Amino acid sequence: MNRFILPVVVFLALAGLLYVGVRHSPNKSTMVSALLGKPAPVIELPVLGDPTRTFNSRELAGRPWVINVWGTWCGECRVEHETLLAIAKQNRVPLVGLNWKDDDEAAQQWLTQLGNPYSVVAADREGRSAIDFGVYGAPETFFIDADGLVQYRHVGAMTTEVWEREFLSRLPKAAMP
Amino acid sequence: MKRLVFLLLVVSGAAFAVDTTTMPTPELQQRYETLTHELRCMQCMNNSIADSPVGLASDLRRDVKELLQAGKTDAEIRAYMVQRYGNVILFTPPMSGSSAWVWILPAVAAVAGLLVGVRIVRRRARLVDQDDSVVDSEEKAP
Repeated sequence: MNRFILPVVVFLALAGLLYVGVRHSPNKSTMVSALLGKPAPVIELPVLGDPTRTFNSRELAGRPWVINVWGTWCGECRVEHETLLAIAKQNRVPLVGLNWKDDDEAAQQWLTQLGNPYSVVAADREGRSAIDFGVYGAPETFFIDADGLVQYRHVGAMTTEVWEREFLSRLPKAAMP
Repeated sequence: MKRLVFLLLVVSGAAFAVDTTTMPTPELQQRYETLTHELRCMQCMNNSIADSPVGLASDLRRDVKELLQAGKTDAEIRAYMVQRYGNVILFTPPMSGSSAWVWILPAVAAVAGLLVGVRIVRRRARLVDQDDSVVDSEEKAP
């Protein structure tokens, strides 16, 4: 009987390892950002619809903010738009839009027709800031804390549930009304 | 006919090539091609950025090209990608951190398997020895 103990133990250990591996496998919708806990990349881009202005993310230093990556070519972005409008109405945290590889005119038309949830939209026409943020598919939404560190990344359409659980919960208590 | 098919196959290969970037020197071209084949297209997972027509892959190729032209080393370019996308972007995981297991476990498993194999062979060899003696005694019997 003794001779079966070792193989069974090895088998169980391997099965356990594989189980953990499968559970944590890079799933497209749950892949964690490589930037978590690290300083958010600085964004310096033209403001959508206002060629005279440049958006510089350093201006937001010292307070938490949220950045949402979107494009008019992105179907899921249309899905989450209503949620973003509702979030903007709460007015809890600045919501910056990163318009990723889009046509400026189409993007402006989208915001005029559907409503604009963003406090400012940066036009990332060449997709460079998106790459700095490790974006691989729109929509993606990042929470950046008052120290300028990326604390959370949500991939896919924003929902009220995700917003409350992962974003509102990260706001400092003092900012809660 | 065969020749025509062959010609079409050769030509179509070129026509479907995703990436037609040319670098100023053969050395840079070589490094560019190696690097773009090492990096994963994050939107398609099992393609390299060299093989993917997706927008993000072409943006990442542009970055590789620019970084090479700026005189960055291959290691610096890989670090640039990993910093943004994590180790997942490399097809070959690094030998440090938690991904070191990917390298260690197969080696451990191979050694363990070898040891088990050697033990079994030795045991069998001993059985054969015992068996021989029986056969010998049988042969002597008549």
